[in-house]
Amino acid sequence: MTTIAFPEPDSAVLGRREAIIAGLARLLPADAVITSEDERRAFETDALTAYRRMPLAVVLPSTTEEVAAVLRFCHAEGVRVVPRGAGTSLSGGAIPQEDAVVLGVAKMNRVLDIDFVNRTARVQAGITNLAISQAVAHEGFFYAPDPSSQLACTIAGNIAMNSGGAHCLKYGVTTNNLLGVTMVLLDGTVVEIGGAHLDAPGYDLLGLVCGSEGQLGVITEATVRILRQAEGARPALMGFDSVETAGACVAAIIGAGIIPVALEFMDRPAIKVCEAFAHAGYPLDVEALLIVEVEGSEAEIEDALKRIVAIAERFSPKALRVSRSEAESAAIWKGRKSAFGAMGRIADYLCMDGTIPTGQLPYVLKRISEICNGYGLGVANIFHAGDGNLHPLVLYDINKPGELEKAEAAGADILKLCVEVGGCLTGEHGVGIEKRDLMRHQYSDIDLAQQMRIRGVFDPAWLLNPAKVFPLDGRVVQ
Amino acid sequence: MTLPKSATISEPVLTPESEEEAAALVAACAAASRPLAIRGGGTKAAVGRPVNAEATLSTRGLTGITLYEPAELVIAARAGTPLAEVERTLAERGQMLPFEPADARVLLGSEGEATVGGLAATNLSGPRRIMAGACRDAMIGVRFVNGRGEVVKSGGRVMKNVTGLDLVKLAAGAWGTLGLLTEVTFKVQPKAERSATLVIEGLDDVRGVEALNAALCSPFEITGAAHLPAGLGGERALTLLRIEGFSPSADYRVGELRHLLAPYGPAERIVDAGEARRLWQDVRDVRFLAEPQAHAVWRISTVPTAGPRVAAAIAAHADARFFYDWGGGLVWLAVPAEGDCCAEAIRKALAPHGGHTTLWRAPADIRAALQPFQPLAAPLMRLSEGIKRAVDPAGIFEPGRMYAGI
Repeated sequence: MTTIAFPEPDSAVLGRREAIIAGLARLLPADAVITSEDERRAFETDALTAYRRMPLAVVLPSTTEEVAAVLRFCHAEGVRVVPRGAGTSLSGGAIPQEDAVVLGVAKMNRVLDIDFVNRTARVQAGITNLAISQAVAHEGFFYAPDPSSQLACTIAGNIAMNSGGAHCLKYGVTTNNLLGVTMVLLDGTVVEIGGAHLDAPGYDLLGLVCGSEGQLGVITEATVRILRQAEGARPALMGFDSVETAGACVAAIIGAGIIPVALEFMDRPAIKVCEAFAHAGYPLDVEALLIVEVEGSEAEIEDALKRIVAIAERFSPKALRVSRSEAESAAIWKGRKSAFGAMGRIADYLCMDGTIPTGQLPYVLKRISEICNGYGLGVANIFHAGDGNLHPLVLYDINKPGELEKAEAAGADILKLCVEVGGCLTGEHGVGIEKRDLMRHQYSDIDLAQQMRIRGVFDPAWLLNPAKVFPLDGRVVQ
Repeated sequence: MTLPKSATISEPVLTPESEEEAAALVAACAAASRPLAIRGGGTKAAVGRPVNAEATLSTRGLTGITLYEPAELVIAARAGTPLAEVERTLAERGQMLPFEPADARVLLGSEGEATVGGLAATNLSGPRRIMAGACRDAMIGVRFVNGRGEVVKSGGRVMKNVTGLDLVKLAAGAWGTLGLLTEVTFKVQPKAERSATLVIEGLDDVRGVEALNAALCSPFEITGAAHLPAGLGGERALTLLRIEGFSPSADYRVGELRHLLAPYGPAERIVDAGEARRLWQDVRDVRFLAEPQAHAVWRISTVPTAGPRVAAAIAAHADARFFYDWGGGLVWLAVPAEGDCCAEAIRKALAPHGGHTTLWRAPADIRAALQPFQPLAAPLMRLSEGIKRAVDPAGIFEPGRMYAGI
């Protein structure tokens, strides 16, 4: 029993299933239309695995033209479409519904063009995030946004969710690194937005599309900025005996004009679990741990770390260690990067994704602890301390009846808290179905109606990924 | 909502003192189908298509910094707040707007005091845009009054936020056609401890832009990359590169860049910090093309290495003066304000490379006759018209400022 509602499937569409599949089969090669129950099962959920719905059918087109043909057909037939990249959404952004066709772009995974001099790459939208960086690494370049799922997640999904990563304090999120897209509108029209140059003319449609969660169109190609890699990078580790002190240290670092490439925070429960898993040498007797990473040449790194250490020492750290070797850096990061996996070994958890003004961290962590205690649940906190993006992991036991519902309720309370202190419901995972019913805590009905009217310009009949983002009631339909 | 006694919509200039009052005035204007020009400081009023508005809605009464948290790198201000006040406040804490906004008065010959709202509505970014992103990238939250007279908010005060549709981006660069901005929140940056500028003299445009891109492809995080052909910045052509950071880092990078750029000739460090600052200010403000004021000026954005080819194509059949920012990707180009001011030639020259151009300065009759903003492909124009209707159904905000019909 889970708590997030799905719309009632359209029985008329379900009744026409055979005809719809036959129609899709006329548009695509035989292996691009998936209809058997066994094969469809692979598409029934994403990384929000507590929820699943078997789609009507799955199509895996190989070209923009095939995507256009599918959308044109579904539009004409009034069939809902759920676009899908790799299905790694933590917010349920790619979860199907029974009366919808899943349109997966994963087959379109090629690099089309790399222009090193002008620092851009043109790719098909189903390429994985990491594959872009790998394709340009031999010349010392990389694609900056680096979500934890970068090995699997696609650039199409990154664009849909405006994905971030651990390094956005310096490099920004997807919307800051995207120059152009080819997008297919619901009626099959193919549009080119932006290009390989900076700043598109007219309204910033690129900015609007980025983060629109597959509700405005289906992206088939993208042009992204690639950047030259820094000469090197090295982290420092610092432990404090209170959350307040760690927060004050972060503020002092930024106040001194230093923008580290990463500034990660873990609380005591997170430290314990990560250390047990990764043996990174994290101090276990501290309440808060900071990983601060800087980039540049060896001499630049030394200089920046010296400045950071001098600041940290003002806050009497209980532990302070600058990495002295590649192996040590790797171990420090292994602990942080394996946090979600390590936590998964000891408990089931819901990974929340609010953003808060960083000055509110001590208050928010105290309240999170109270909230979870109130439900009899444990919690561990991972925090991108530079940009305020907080990932509380609400721990529960799936085998205990009612615990998932409690964890969901605690998660909702935490996100409402993030909004109350001036933050937002989601910093990088997107709204999906997970936070859909919380949208009224962040936005007024007027705010939401304005968003929905704009959404309606692209998809007046609400056929594209319709169960997501906006509460199911009170929808504005033209 | 009731209208304040002090204002009726029949006045030529409406100056609401609060967001609520602004919303009431807009609602009344929408009901009366009364088109509005939106005015901040008026420094960029002469850009775009001339607007036939019956009244002007001024943000003069909506002022003040509403939030500044240096440790969180965020500042928010009401739309009518002078940009200078925001920049001064940030400077007191060693911070700045990352995107280096221009003083548009230099090029446009305008007067007045630029405002936060005008900056956001025009998405104006200077030389640091290549490293730090555009104005729109620094904008993390807006409040605006839509064409229904409703106050809408999007984004917020935190720099990572993917909650719902990003209307902040839509508001940026919409030139007021999508509503009256009432408050804007920006992500800010620390000012660098040291700024160093390297100059190579005497390169032609192609070699100059090549040198800029060689530097931009290095790991040294160039924050300014401009090429001034001979006769603009000095007698000889100047190829300029800027590095910013902590002193040891800036010094190290200058050394590495000199080595990297050796094939293009000696790269000298400009010793006088004041001189370097003035040069980048002049690039930012397009001072080199300010005179004669009668000439038309285009702002062209394209792929960096295509910049010189586009400029050469125009220069082949018109008396054009130009220079390059953004590593060659931004071309500022002045031509006599005659005929179509080379509009067709520029758009033809751009076509093979991709990009867009805006007629940034021209007499009103020419701006009315030409399309000052890049014409959009038909499906994008349809979407833009739809968005305009979705935000401003009565079409009262700056009608036709960007394109006929929106």
